[in-house]
Amino acid sequence: MTSELIVFLVLSLVAISSAFGMLFSRNAVYSALFLVLNFVTVAVFYLMLGAPFIAMSQITVYAGAIMVLFLFVIMLLGAESLVPLPQAMPWQRPLAFILAAILAVESVYLIFARSRLNTVITAPDAATNSMEGLRDMAMILFDQFLLPFEITSILLLVAMVGAIVLTNREKVGHK
Amino acid sequence: MVPVDYYVILSAILFTLGALGVLIRRNPLIIFMSIELMLNAGNLAFVAFGRSYEVAGGQPFYTGQIFVFFVIAVAAAEVAVGLALIVEIFKTKKNINVDEMNSLKG
Repeated sequence: MTSELIVFLVLSLVAISSAFGMLFSRNAVYSALFLVLNFVTVAVFYLMLGAPFIAMSQITVYAGAIMVLFLFVIMLLGAESLVPLPQAMPWQRPLAFILAAILAVESVYLIFARSRLNTVITAPDAATNSMEGLRDMAMILFDQFLLPFEITSILLLVAMVGAIVLTNREKVGHK
Repeated sequence: MVPVDYYVILSAILFTLGALGVLIRRNPLIIFMSIELMLNAGNLAFVAFGRSYEVAGGQPFYTGQIFVFFVIAVAAAEVAVGLALIVEIFKTKKNINVDEMNSLKG
């Protein structure tokens, strides 16, 4: 058992238990903070997989921007103290657990049943985590993937305009 | 020395937990967080498979990471619009129970 495997197992335990904490905590603010912990753990996985740029994007965009937006909305709405509402469909919760168990079993079964890759991921060497790797990735991003990159900018613009219009309806006026 | 299957199984477990959260919670904010968890599980599988190609082929392979970059951008856009919708529904209905969001009329 190498040290890398020990780090992986400990971190995956943290990731799974923080996901459970996100699901089952009564307070929405605690849920958001558990999810931040989960995102930071996944960022460490990205570092172990030799993707330092994605790891840093994960921390700044997900754990930073998106979760701060979530916390703003939770506190704006006062949703952190919402009491659990009565279920409209009482059979929904046990059915959800059964369906989730089926999904977990069949996905793990498929992973083991297919022809396995048998690749053992080694820790990235120093060259992967340097500016060289980042420059190579940027060259591919702005060369092969230039059109999707530009479409992403349009998507972000549309989302920004949409968010402003949705929350500002009375001033824009709906005739 | 971690086999790539371990990463994929962890990704499957996280995705299942996200799907479970969408099914059992009534608070749309928690449902959004569960969707983020599922997107993140997919990202983890992308990066793990990309790294396994890199290790097997012996040369850098960045396509998986670039896909993750796009998924992060889409997730940011989705959260901005979704949270704006939730705020607007809360202003109209004074609560955010998903069971009561059954009409398109404001």
